[in-house]
Amino acid sequence: MHEMGITQEVLLNVVDAATAAGATRINSVTLTVGGLTDVVPDSLQFAWECLTPGSPAEGAVLEIVESGGRSVCLQCSVEFDHDKFDRHCEACGSFATQVIRGDELRIEHIDVDLPEADGTGEE
Amino acid sequence: MEIDLSRPILARNDKLAEGNRARLAETGVFALDVLASPGAGKTTTILATIAALRERYRIAVIEGDIASKVDAEKVKAHGIPAVQINTGGACHLEADMISRAFDALPLADLDLVIIENVGNLVCPTEFDLGQGARIVVLSVPEGDDKPLKYPGIFAMAEAVLLNKVDAISFFDFDETAFTDSVRRLNGSAPIFRMSAKTGEGVAEWAEWLAGRIEASK
Repeated sequence: MHEMGITQEVLLNVVDAATAAGATRINSVTLTVGGLTDVVPDSLQFAWECLTPGSPAEGAVLEIVESGGRSVCLQCSVEFDHDKFDRHCEACGSFATQVIRGDELRIEHIDVDLPEADGTGEE
Repeated sequence: MEIDLSRPILARNDKLAEGNRARLAETGVFALDVLASPGAGKTTTILATIAALRERYRIAVIEGDIASKVDAEKVKAHGIPAVQINTGGACHLEADMISRAFDALPLADLDLVIIENVGNLVCPTEFDLGQGARIVVLSVPEGDDKPLKYPGIFAMAEAVLLNKVDAISFFDFDETAFTDSVRRLNGSAPIFRMSAKTGEGVAEWAEWLAGRIEASK
Protein backbone atom coordinates (compact mmCIF):
# COMPACT_ATOMS: atom_id res chain seq x y z
CA MET A 1 0.00 0.00 0.00
CA HIS A 2 2.66 2.50 -1.10
CA GLU A 3 -0.21 4.50 -2.64
CA MET A 4 -0.69 6.16 0.77
CA GLY A 5 2.85 7.58 0.69
CA ILE A 6 2.50 8.58 -2.95
CA THR A 7 -0.79 10.36 -2.20
CA GLN A 8 0.87 12.19 0.71
CA GLU A 9 3.43 13.55 -1.77
CA VAL A 10 0.61 14.65 -4.09
CA LEU A 11 -1.13 16.43 -1.23
CA LEU A 12 2.09 18.15 -0.10
CA ASN A 13 2.82 19.45 -3.62
CA VAL A 14 -0.76 20.54 -4.23
CA VAL A 15 -1.18 22.40 -0.94
CA ASP A 16 2.19 24.16 -1.45
CA ALA A 17 1.23 25.30 -4.96
CA ALA A 18 -2.27 26.41 -3.91
CA THR A 19 -0.91 28.31 -0.90
CA ALA A 20 1.73 30.03 -3.05
CA ALA A 21 -1.02 31.14 -5.45
CA GLY A 22 -3.18 32.45 -2.58
CA ALA A 23 -6.00 30.06 -3.48
CA THR A 24 -9.11 29.99 -1.30
CA ARG A 25 -10.19 26.56 -2.46
CA ILE A 26 -8.76 23.61 -4.38
CA ASN A 27 -11.37 22.23 -6.78
CA SER A 28 -9.50 19.46 -8.53
CA VAL A 29 -6.13 17.81 -8.94
CA THR A 30 -5.14 16.02 -12.15
CA LEU A 31 -2.53 13.25 -12.19
CA THR A 32 -1.10 11.06 -14.90
CA VAL A 33 -0.45 7.49 -13.76
CA GLY A 34 1.39 5.22 -16.16
CA GLY A 35 -0.01 1.76 -16.77
CA LEU A 36 3.46 0.25 -16.39
CA THR A 37 3.86 1.47 -12.82
CA ASP A 38 2.88 -0.57 -9.79
CA VAL A 39 0.50 2.15 -8.64
CA VAL A 40 -3.20 1.32 -8.46
CA PRO A 41 -5.49 4.30 -9.28
CA ASP A 42 -8.31 3.01 -7.04
CA SER A 43 -5.88 2.89 -4.12
CA LEU A 44 -4.81 6.48 -4.84
CA GLN A 45 -8.49 7.53 -4.73
CA PHE A 46 -8.97 5.69 -1.45
CA ALA A 47 -5.86 7.30 0.03
CA TRP A 48 -7.03 10.73 -1.21
CA GLU A 49 -10.36 10.25 0.59
CA CYS A 50 -8.51 9.28 3.77
CA LEU A 51 -5.89 12.05 3.72
CA THR A 52 -7.69 15.17 2.50
CA PRO A 53 -10.41 15.75 5.13
CA GLY A 54 -9.26 18.60 7.37
CA SER A 55 -6.60 19.65 4.85
CA PRO A 56 -6.76 22.61 2.43
CA ALA A 57 -7.57 20.05 -0.30
CA GLU A 58 -10.72 18.83 1.45
CA GLY A 59 -13.44 18.27 -1.15
CA ALA A 60 -11.08 18.49 -4.11
CA VAL A 61 -11.69 15.95 -6.85
CA LEU A 62 -8.75 13.71 -7.75
CA GLU A 63 -8.73 13.13 -11.51
CA ILE A 64 -6.44 10.34 -12.66
CA VAL A 65 -5.52 10.02 -16.32
CA GLU A 66 -4.06 6.61 -17.04
CA SER A 67 -1.43 6.39 -19.77
CA GLY A 68 -0.88 3.10 -21.57
CA GLY A 69 2.50 1.47 -22.15
CA ARG A 70 4.35 2.34 -25.34
CA SER A 71 7.90 1.37 -26.28
CA VAL A 72 10.33 1.74 -29.15
CA CYS A 73 12.28 -1.24 -30.51
CA LEU A 74 16.02 -0.62 -30.35
CA GLN A 75 16.55 -3.08 -33.22
CA CYS A 76 13.95 -2.11 -35.84
CA SER A 77 12.82 1.28 -34.43
CA VAL A 78 9.12 0.38 -34.55
CA GLU A 79 7.00 2.03 -31.84
CA PHE A 80 4.28 -0.11 -30.33
CA ASP A 81 1.70 -0.18 -27.55
CA HIS A 82 1.88 -2.95 -24.98
CA ASP A 83 0.57 -4.06 -21.59
CA LYS A 84 2.68 -4.23 -18.45
CA PHE A 85 3.47 -7.92 -18.88
CA ASP A 86 5.24 -8.00 -22.24
CA ARG A 87 7.49 -5.33 -23.71
CA HIS A 88 9.12 -7.32 -26.51
CA CYS A 89 8.81 -6.17 -30.14
CA GLU A 90 6.15 -8.11 -32.04
CA ALA A 91 7.48 -6.78 -35.36
CA CYS A 92 11.01 -8.21 -35.24
CA GLY A 93 10.94 -10.32 -32.07
CA SER A 94 13.64 -8.30 -30.30
CA PHE A 95 13.67 -8.02 -26.50
CA ALA A 96 15.79 -4.86 -26.70
CA THR A 97 13.13 -2.19 -26.30
CA GLN A 98 12.80 1.07 -24.44
CA VAL A 99 9.72 2.48 -22.76
CA ILE A 100 8.61 5.87 -24.09
CA ARG A 101 5.30 6.15 -22.25
CA GLY A 102 3.50 4.48 -19.39
CA ASP A 103 6.04 4.76 -16.58
CA GLU A 104 5.08 8.27 -15.45
CA LEU A 105 3.73 9.35 -12.06
CA ARG A 106 3.06 13.03 -12.57
CA ILE A 107 1.02 15.87 -11.12
CA GLU A 108 -0.27 17.72 -14.18
CA HIS A 109 -2.29 20.64 -12.85
CA ILE A 110 -4.67 21.81 -10.17
CA ASP A 111 -7.81 23.90 -10.43
CA VAL A 112 -8.26 26.47 -7.65
CA ASP A 113 -10.45 29.42 -6.68
CA LEU A 114 -8.62 32.68 -6.12
CA PRO A 115 -9.95 35.53 -3.91
CA GLU A 116 -12.59 37.68 -5.71
CA ALA A 117 -11.03 40.82 -7.16
CA ASP A 118 -12.99 43.75 -5.66
CA GLY A 119 -12.18 46.05 -8.57
CA THR A 120 -11.09 49.01 -6.38
CA GLY A 121 -7.41 48.48 -7.03
CA GLU A 122 -6.68 48.70 -3.32
CA GLU A 123 -4.18 46.32 -1.79
CA MET B 1 -8.09 28.98 -12.28
CA GLU B 2 -5.83 26.22 -13.50
CA ILE B 3 -2.27 26.08 -12.19
CA ASP B 4 0.16 23.98 -14.21
CA LEU B 5 2.45 21.86 -12.03
CA SER B 6 3.83 19.26 -14.50
CA ARG B 7 6.13 17.60 -12.02
CA PRO B 8 6.84 14.04 -10.92
CA ILE B 9 4.76 13.07 -7.87
CA LEU B 10 7.90 11.72 -6.24
CA ALA B 11 10.05 14.75 -7.11
CA ARG B 12 11.07 15.19 -3.46
CA ASN B 13 12.31 11.58 -3.20
CA ASP B 14 13.95 11.82 -6.64
CA LYS B 15 15.88 14.92 -5.55
CA LEU B 16 17.09 13.24 -2.34
CA ALA B 17 18.08 10.18 -4.42
CA GLU B 18 20.16 12.42 -6.69
CA GLY B 19 21.83 13.79 -3.56
CA ASN B 20 22.66 10.24 -2.47
CA ARG B 21 23.99 9.48 -5.95
CA ALA B 22 26.26 12.53 -5.86
CA ARG B 23 27.53 11.55 -2.41
CA LEU B 24 28.36 8.04 -3.65
CA ALA B 25 30.16 9.45 -6.68
CA GLU B 26 32.21 11.82 -4.50
CA THR B 27 33.30 9.03 -2.18
CA GLY B 28 33.73 6.42 -4.93
CA VAL B 29 31.20 4.01 -3.43
CA PHE B 30 28.91 1.73 -5.44
CA ALA B 31 25.46 1.07 -3.95
CA LEU B 32 23.49 -2.06 -4.80
CA ASP B 33 19.76 -2.18 -4.00
CA VAL B 34 18.55 -5.75 -3.44
CA LEU B 35 14.82 -6.36 -3.94
CA ALA B 36 12.93 -9.59 -3.25
CA SER B 37 9.93 -10.96 -1.44
CA PRO B 38 10.20 -12.05 2.21
CA GLY B 39 12.00 -15.37 2.46
CA ALA B 40 13.63 -15.31 -0.98
CA GLY B 41 17.04 -15.42 0.70
CA LYS B 42 18.10 -11.78 0.47
CA THR B 43 20.25 -11.80 3.60
CA THR B 44 21.85 -15.17 2.77
CA THR B 45 22.53 -13.95 -0.77
CA ILE B 46 24.10 -10.76 0.58
CA LEU B 47 26.30 -12.78 2.96
CA ALA B 48 27.37 -15.07 0.09
CA THR B 49 28.14 -12.01 -2.05
CA ILE B 50 30.20 -10.51 0.76
CA ALA B 51 32.15 -13.76 1.16
CA ALA B 52 32.92 -13.71 -2.58
CA LEU B 53 34.01 -10.07 -2.72
CA ARG B 54 35.35 -9.05 0.70
CA GLU B 55 38.98 -9.66 -0.27
CA ARG B 56 38.62 -7.17 -3.11
CA TYR B 57 36.24 -4.57 -1.74
CA ARG B 58 35.44 -2.82 1.52
CA ILE B 59 31.76 -3.56 2.05
CA ALA B 60 28.95 -2.34 4.32
CA VAL B 61 25.26 -3.23 4.44
CA ILE B 62 22.10 -1.22 5.01
CA GLU B 63 19.27 -3.43 6.21
CA GLY B 64 15.71 -2.29 5.61
CA ASP B 65 13.00 -4.01 7.61
CA ILE B 66 9.64 -3.02 9.00
CA ALA B 67 10.94 -4.00 12.46
CA SER B 68 13.76 -5.88 14.27
CA LYS B 69 17.55 -5.84 14.09
CA VAL B 70 18.10 -9.52 13.28
CA ASP B 71 19.43 -8.97 9.76
CA ALA B 72 21.92 -6.27 10.76
CA GLU B 73 23.11 -8.51 13.63
CA LYS B 74 23.66 -11.39 11.19
CA VAL B 75 25.78 -9.18 8.94
CA LYS B 76 27.76 -7.68 11.85
CA ALA B 77 28.53 -11.20 13.06
CA HIS B 78 30.59 -11.54 9.87
CA GLY B 79 32.62 -8.45 10.72
CA ILE B 80 30.89 -6.21 8.20
CA PRO B 81 29.54 -2.76 9.20
CA ALA B 82 25.75 -2.74 9.07
CA VAL B 83 23.05 -0.14 9.66
CA GLN B 84 19.52 -1.24 10.40
CA ILE B 85 16.66 0.91 9.15
CA ASN B 86 13.30 0.12 10.70
CA THR B 87 10.57 1.61 8.53
CA GLY B 88 7.97 1.15 11.27
CA GLY B 89 5.34 -0.24 8.93
CA ALA B 90 6.34 1.35 5.62
CA CYS B 91 6.60 -1.23 2.88
CA HIS B 92 9.70 0.15 1.14
CA LEU B 93 12.82 2.26 1.68
CA GLU B 94 12.93 5.89 0.58
CA ALA B 95 15.87 8.11 -0.33
CA ASP B 96 15.84 10.10 2.92
CA MET B 97 16.21 6.88 4.97
CA ILE B 98 19.26 5.94 2.88
CA SER B 99 20.72 9.40 3.32
CA ARG B 100 20.51 9.02 7.11
CA ALA B 101 22.00 5.51 6.91
CA PHE B 102 24.93 6.92 4.89
CA ASP B 103 25.54 9.36 7.77
CA ALA B 104 26.11 6.36 10.04
CA LEU B 105 28.58 4.64 7.68
CA PRO B 106 32.28 5.41 7.02
CA LEU B 107 31.59 6.03 3.29
CA ALA B 108 35.10 7.32 2.60
CA ASP B 109 36.50 3.94 3.68
CA LEU B 110 34.10 1.81 1.61
CA ASP B 111 33.81 0.54 -1.97
CA LEU B 112 30.42 -1.15 -1.89
CA VAL B 113 27.23 -0.59 0.09
CA ILE B 114 24.61 -3.31 -0.27
CA ILE B 115 21.10 -2.13 0.55
CA GLU B 116 18.64 -4.85 1.53
CA ASN B 117 15.26 -3.34 0.76
CA VAL B 118 12.09 -4.33 2.63
CA GLY B 119 10.84 -7.73 1.44
CA ASN B 120 8.25 -6.71 -1.14
CA LEU B 121 7.96 -7.13 -4.92
CA VAL B 122 5.71 -4.12 -5.53
CA CYS B 123 6.22 -1.02 -3.44
CA PRO B 124 10.01 -0.40 -3.67
CA THR B 125 10.00 -0.09 -7.46
CA GLU B 126 8.82 3.53 -7.66
CA PHE B 127 11.30 4.86 -5.09
CA ASP B 128 14.76 5.71 -6.40
CA LEU B 129 17.36 5.49 -3.61
CA GLY B 130 20.33 6.82 -5.59
CA GLN B 131 21.70 3.29 -6.06
CA GLY B 132 24.17 2.31 -8.77
CA ALA B 133 22.22 -0.83 -9.62
CA ARG B 134 19.05 -2.57 -8.61
CA ILE B 135 18.64 -6.34 -8.67
CA VAL B 136 15.84 -8.73 -7.85
CA VAL B 137 16.26 -12.09 -6.12
CA LEU B 138 13.58 -14.70 -6.76
CA SER B 139 13.74 -18.10 -5.06
CA VAL B 140 12.62 -21.32 -6.68
CA PRO B 141 9.88 -22.14 -4.10
CA GLU B 142 8.10 -18.87 -4.99
CA GLY B 143 7.25 -20.23 -8.44
CA ASP B 144 8.12 -19.46 -12.06
CA ASP B 145 5.06 -17.25 -12.56
CA LYS B 146 6.26 -14.32 -10.43
CA PRO B 147 7.39 -12.12 -13.36
CA LEU B 148 3.81 -12.33 -14.62
CA LYS B 149 2.46 -11.19 -11.26
CA TYR B 150 5.06 -8.53 -10.43
CA PRO B 151 6.16 -7.25 -13.83
CA GLY B 152 7.38 -3.84 -12.65
CA ILE B 153 10.24 -5.14 -10.55
CA PHE B 154 11.45 -7.63 -13.18
CA ALA B 155 11.27 -4.93 -15.86
CA MET B 156 13.51 -2.56 -13.92
CA ALA B 157 16.02 -5.02 -12.43
CA GLU B 158 19.53 -4.86 -13.87
CA ALA B 159 20.14 -8.48 -12.92
CA VAL B 160 17.84 -11.31 -11.85
CA LEU B 161 19.11 -13.85 -9.31
CA LEU B 162 17.28 -17.16 -9.29
CA ASN B 163 18.10 -18.41 -5.81
CA LYS B 164 17.69 -21.83 -4.13
CA VAL B 165 18.32 -23.75 -7.39
CA ASP B 166 19.70 -26.56 -5.20
CA ALA B 167 16.05 -27.28 -4.29
CA ILE B 168 14.65 -27.10 -7.83
CA SER B 169 13.93 -30.84 -8.08
CA PHE B 170 11.42 -30.52 -5.21
CA PHE B 171 9.34 -27.87 -6.93
CA ASP B 172 7.42 -27.62 -10.21
CA PHE B 173 9.51 -24.68 -11.34
CA ASP B 174 9.47 -24.26 -15.13
CA GLU B 175 12.77 -22.49 -15.84
CA THR B 176 12.03 -22.02 -19.54
CA ALA B 177 8.75 -20.29 -18.74
CA PHE B 178 10.48 -18.16 -16.11
CA THR B 179 13.28 -17.09 -18.46
CA ASP B 180 10.79 -16.34 -21.23
CA SER B 181 8.59 -14.16 -19.04
CA VAL B 182 11.62 -12.24 -17.72
CA ARG B 183 12.86 -11.67 -21.28
CA ARG B 184 9.50 -10.28 -22.41
CA LEU B 185 9.84 -7.64 -19.70
CA ASN B 186 13.55 -7.05 -19.75
CA GLY B 187 15.82 -7.73 -22.68
CA SER B 188 19.08 -6.88 -20.98
CA ALA B 189 19.18 -8.24 -17.40
CA PRO B 190 21.31 -11.36 -17.00
CA ILE B 191 19.68 -14.20 -15.07
CA PHE B 192 22.00 -15.91 -12.59
CA ARG B 193 21.09 -19.41 -11.38
CA MET B 194 22.47 -19.72 -7.90
CA SER B 195 22.18 -21.08 -4.41
CA ALA B 196 23.36 -18.77 -1.68
CA LYS B 197 23.31 -21.79 0.64
CA THR B 198 25.53 -24.17 -1.37
CA GLY B 199 27.48 -21.45 -3.16
CA GLU B 200 26.52 -22.69 -6.63
CA GLY B 201 26.56 -19.82 -9.14
CA VAL B 202 27.63 -17.21 -6.57
CA ALA B 203 30.99 -16.63 -8.29
CA GLU B 204 29.33 -15.75 -11.63
CA TRP B 205 26.95 -13.29 -9.99
CA ALA B 206 29.76 -11.76 -7.91
CA GLU B 207 31.87 -11.28 -11.06
CA TRP B 208 29.00 -9.40 -12.71
CA LEU B 209 28.72 -7.15 -9.65
CA ALA B 210 32.50 -6.59 -9.58
CA GLY B 211 32.28 -5.59 -13.24
CA ARG B 212 29.63 -3.00 -12.39
CA ILE B 213 31.68 -1.67 -9.48
CA GLU B 214 34.76 -1.31 -11.70
CA ALA B 215 32.74 0.31 -14.50
CA SER B 216 31.43 2.94 -12.06
CA LYS B 217 34.92 4.08 -11.08
